[in-house]
Amino acid sequence: MAMQNAFMAFPWAVALILLPLTGAICCFLFPRISRALGLITSFAIVVSVVGLGWQLLEHGSYRHAVGGWGAPLGIELYADGLSLLMLATTALVGFAISVYSTTYFKPALAVRFWPIWMCLLAALNALFLSADIFNLYVTLELLGLSAVALTALTGSKEALSGAMRYLLATLLASLAYLLGVTLLYHSFGSVDITILAQQMQAYHAATSSVTPAVWAALGLMAAGLMLKTAIFPLHFWLPPAHGSAPAPVSALLSALVVKASFYILLRLWFTLFEPLVDGEAINTMMGLLGCAAILWGSVQAMRQTRLKLLIAYSTVAQIGYLFLVFPLTASMGSTAWNGVAYLIISHALAKSAMFLCAGNLLCFGGHDRIADLDRVVQRLPLTAAAFALAGVSIMGLPPSGGFIGKWLLLEAAVTQGRWDIAAVMMLGGLLAAAYIFKVIGHTFIQAPVTHEAQPVSASMQWSALLLAIGAMLLGFLSLPVLSLLNISDITLASGVGS
Amino acid sequence: MNPASFYALVGIGLFCLGLFALIINSHLLRKILAINIMGSGVFLVLVALARRAENMPADPVPHAMVITGIVVAISATALALTLMLRVATETGHATLPDEVEK
Repeated sequence: MAMQNAFMAFPWAVALILLPLTGAICCFLFPRISRALGLITSFAIVVSVVGLGWQLLEHGSYRHAVGGWGAPLGIELYADGLSLLMLATTALVGFAISVYSTTYFKPALAVRFWPIWMCLLAALNALFLSADIFNLYVTLELLGLSAVALTALTGSKEALSGAMRYLLATLLASLAYLLGVTLLYHSFGSVDITILAQQMQAYHAATSSVTPAVWAALGLMAAGLMLKTAIFPLHFWLPPAHGSAPAPVSALLSALVVKASFYILLRLWFTLFEPLVDGEAINTMMGLLGCAAILWGSVQAMRQTRLKLLIAYSTVAQIGYLFLVFPLTASMGSTAWNGVAYLIISHALAKSAMFLCAGNLLCFGGHDRIADLDRVVQRLPLTAAAFALAGVSIMGLPPSGGFIGKWLLLEAAVTQGRWDIAAVMMLGGLLAAAYIFKVIGHTFIQAPVTHEAQPVSASMQWSALLLAIGAMLLGFLSLPVLSLLNISDITLASGVGS
Repeated sequence: MNPASFYALVGIGLFCLGLFALIINSHLLRKILAINIMGSGVFLVLVALARRAENMPADPVPHAMVITGIVVAISATALALTLMLRVATETGHATLPDEVEK
């Protein structure tokens, strides 16, 4: 009993941030054992997320004043169902990628990879736990800088240029976001999201108008976060960066990093701005961008001849689906909201599995040209299976997690009579099937040019396969996952003050 | 116009100037400088808007934010410059691949 109490009282949220930070420093100080340290830290993070999840199930949403200093002066950590799901996804995908990376990187690269990867993990966890918009800015910058450093890891020409373009885009986006934070702080005197929401709605109720500063803040923050999320047409930096980074890094970037900025956008829109502004025009625009991203990304993916670029463009398309939440959702907790949260998780699992498969194929044949994939099904069956299973989830076929997410979105579109959005979603599914079967087709046949094959380690094959199986299993777990998602504090779910 | 809003407008001006320079210049060093100017613009807005009324003491929180922001900006600039040097040694010119040096 005492042990259970200690378990419940332990500040797991703080551990989620401190563990990877300590891990990063230790990996940097002791490069020889960095692999073991990284693996242990990743596992400890999985345990901490379980602890935090338990606390949330018992007590509802969680707040922690860091160092005993609460808002408005201090920094508060906050976790509810959405942050828990993001943290859990990060922990699981992160652990699989850590296992994969133990054998993927040669020692010379490994000593650089582990410390930066641990920094990235700390930034992600801190971001999902932040309760104030300035803290979110700091975590966004930490995330951006470590993601850029990981992209440039191999030091090849393409990787360096891709990383440079990524860095400029992410810095520009952060500054736009920071200017938005400045305007909000000046108008309402707080950076804590809950207090800010109360102040904004009190002001709105008193004057029933929205000041230009709020509009400017909305525009700047949304533009910055959309650039970081790489929604069409702001996706220009994504394919070169995700296509040229080492495979585990591409998996991290596509599965987790772009979702982080989308998470902030979702949070800020539904807690701060949506109750205030008449969102019709904004929702339509977001929906249009989402539809354009689905079509453009899928068509570009079909045109690619290199596997990693194909997967990167597929990410551009899948991000489009996430933006459909804006025209389809009236509030948190609705069908479209659940659908998009489901899509975030299942895409994270499926896309990381795909990039890890691409890494396996790259190790195996020494190239990632789709047309020269030579009888992979016979020679690398686990990887081929993983790619196919992940593909099922990306296409949105049952019984995968991607199916549940897209089904919920589709249901919302049909009940709201948005046949245009439903049609684009169906078309996007067909296009996804086209580009995935293009790859799978080539894995069955003998290529005209064959290469000497290198062995691929079992841990690399199994971590990709397990992620893909996870994406499939999500299709059977929709009830528990959605009930976790809806742990939230009442003020946030139903709008403050209503 | 009181001095505070004058400085805030100058800050917004610097932000826009930096954005313009970031887009039109192809040399990476100029792009990095442009980002820094944008950053300075944001910091100026933060500091200027800290004083809410003429006869009130300034709010210290934005100042703390600016200090945090400067630390972030220094690390980002350091990373950007290192990356630029690596790009220059690998490719022979300090521009992004699809942009020609003017």
